[in-house]
Amino acid sequence: MAVTRGAAPAAGPDQRSRRSRGRGPGARPGHPFGRTFTRILPLAPAVVLLGLFMAGPVVWSFYGSFTDAALTGAAARESTWVGLDNYTGLFSDPNFPKSVWLTIVFVVASAIVGQNILGLALAMLMRSANRVVRSVVGTLVVTAWVLPEIVAAFAAYAFFHADGTLNNVFGLVGLDGTNWLYDLPMLAVILANVWRGTAFSMMVYSAALTAVPPDVTEAATMDGASGPKRLVYITLPMIRRSISTNFMLTTLQTLSVFTLIYVMTAGGPGTDSSTLPILAYQEAFSFGRVGYGTAIATIMLLIGAVFSVIYIRMLKPEVD
Amino acid sequence: MPVTVTELKSPGARRRWQLTSARRAPARMASNTILILIGLCFLLPLGWLVLASVDPAATLAVRVPGQLSTENFEAVLSADRTFRPLWNSVVLSGGCALITVVVAILAAYPLSRYRMRFNKPFMYGILFGTGLPITAMMVPVYGLFVRLNLLDSMTGTIFFLAATSLPMAVWMTKNFMDSVPVSLEEAAWVDGASSMRALWAVVVPLMRPGIAVVFIFVFIQAWGNFFVPFVLLLSPDKQPAAVSIFTFFGQYGSVAYGQLAAFSLLYAVPVLMLYVLVSRVLGGSFAMGGAVKG
Repeated sequence: MAVTRGAAPAAGPDQRSRRSRGRGPGARPGHPFGRTFTRILPLAPAVVLLGLFMAGPVVWSFYGSFTDAALTGAAARESTWVGLDNYTGLFSDPNFPKSVWLTIVFVVASAIVGQNILGLALAMLMRSANRVVRSVVGTLVVTAWVLPEIVAAFAAYAFFHADGTLNNVFGLVGLDGTNWLYDLPMLAVILANVWRGTAFSMMVYSAALTAVPPDVTEAATMDGASGPKRLVYITLPMIRRSISTNFMLTTLQTLSVFTLIYVMTAGGPGTDSSTLPILAYQEAFSFGRVGYGTAIATIMLLIGAVFSVIYIRMLKPEVD
Repeated sequence: MPVTVTELKSPGARRRWQLTSARRAPARMASNTILILIGLCFLLPLGWLVLASVDPAATLAVRVPGQLSTENFEAVLSADRTFRPLWNSVVLSGGCALITVVVAILAAYPLSRYRMRFNKPFMYGILFGTGLPITAMMVPVYGLFVRLNLLDSMTGTIFFLAATSLPMAVWMTKNFMDSVPVSLEEAAWVDGASSMRALWAVVVPLMRPGIAVVFIFVFIQAWGNFFVPFVLLLSPDKQPAAVSIFTFFGQYGSVAYGQLAAFSLLYAVPVLMLYVLVSRVLGGSFAMGGAVKG
């Protein structure tokens, strides 16, 4: 492709003459600015959309977090500049550090530990399992992932509810259940997110494991390496790229989980499961403090940006 | 067991494979057992949806219905409760997918065909965009939409959804387009076609399966999106199924769980089927990992 890429013609009124002048890798027709302009014109709709609805809100977020914008009242129409008030307010509000901590717990426990370990375990188990078992279990895991998030959230709500399936199962084996959504809200939403999100890691790791040459593990087996040793010294190092990429992606996805928690616990009881997205939503729309909620959103965007940059850096050698 | 046909043909390899396979028989049993247990854990919440939907006396716990009935489905099959929200979902997701695909094809063309100084920064820039948490954006987006007078507007919501799905769509479309050889367009250029005409007449028809994948992929995401329309669409008659199902769940003191499950299925089954279609096109393993890695 590289051979002809430089020779593609530009759209425009004078393209005919320009094309006749030169084709092939060495062609450098005149008016480079005009040519570049007509070439990049098809990018315009994408740039406008992304600028207006992606970059726009980000810039707006920075600006809005310095105002006292509100949902109702005078500050709803005319917001005033309040400087760092929202941020100083945030850091003196006990709910904010708690929310940051809950977000970290949620991301680490459900994405980095839960989804990745279960996903890798599923991918590995499936390689040595029966074909029917493999496809049935694979379908179930993927279904939880493809399901619209609100439906998955209802299903998880029903499962963990005091009168739900989980307590029924506990009852069957003679154990006392608990009111999961009230007593252990974080555990419930973490398990629900593992249930919903593991399919992604499973698919990434399945693909990665397929790429590991079987000879290597065979040779290790011949040399007497046990299963766990083969995993630690051979398989994991060989798929480390997929592991780091997947850590990053699951982290980014889990950082922005809203619906699952909102439907299951609404951040409660109190603020015991209010991760940052829930806190931002509640401050802005339940308590009407849009500026304050925007400050939380800005901090989340910054966290997301940092992870995003690390992710891109990790990909770089591969993409180039 | 990833053993290819050619490997099996060589006698040595075949013997080795059989040997290891015999040694792994107990391991296979263990794998099957553990997988079945995990599968059961994944099945229970899903099973509730299906069983509750046909159980006229559904509760929150999974149970075999005393009698099968379509009562729940009949109860929710009305214009207000099902058809309008589903139609709104079709409009939102269809509009979003259509805009995304057209814009992504246009953007992918120069990125795929010309070597320009800003190609890489542009691709990395939008990759960066995919990493930003969209839920974090909803509060500022609300503020922006108030200013732009776009609140409660289907069009505004469609365009916002399209913008959020665009980065991924541009990456996927560019990858599909890169696999269409440029040599095929050259004939069109020689015949005097403009690059846009060549794109439309030569490239697009050749990458139809890829475009279908991007369309369905974006459609599924928009269909399942709850938070965006929940914040941006206020009037009940504009809300898609994702939002109407939530109000339906929240408004009535005692929730009719059977009806909720029935409606959930009506809303979820179309996208589950679309997903199966996409994974067929892409071949057994879903190319999600590849799409994300670029």
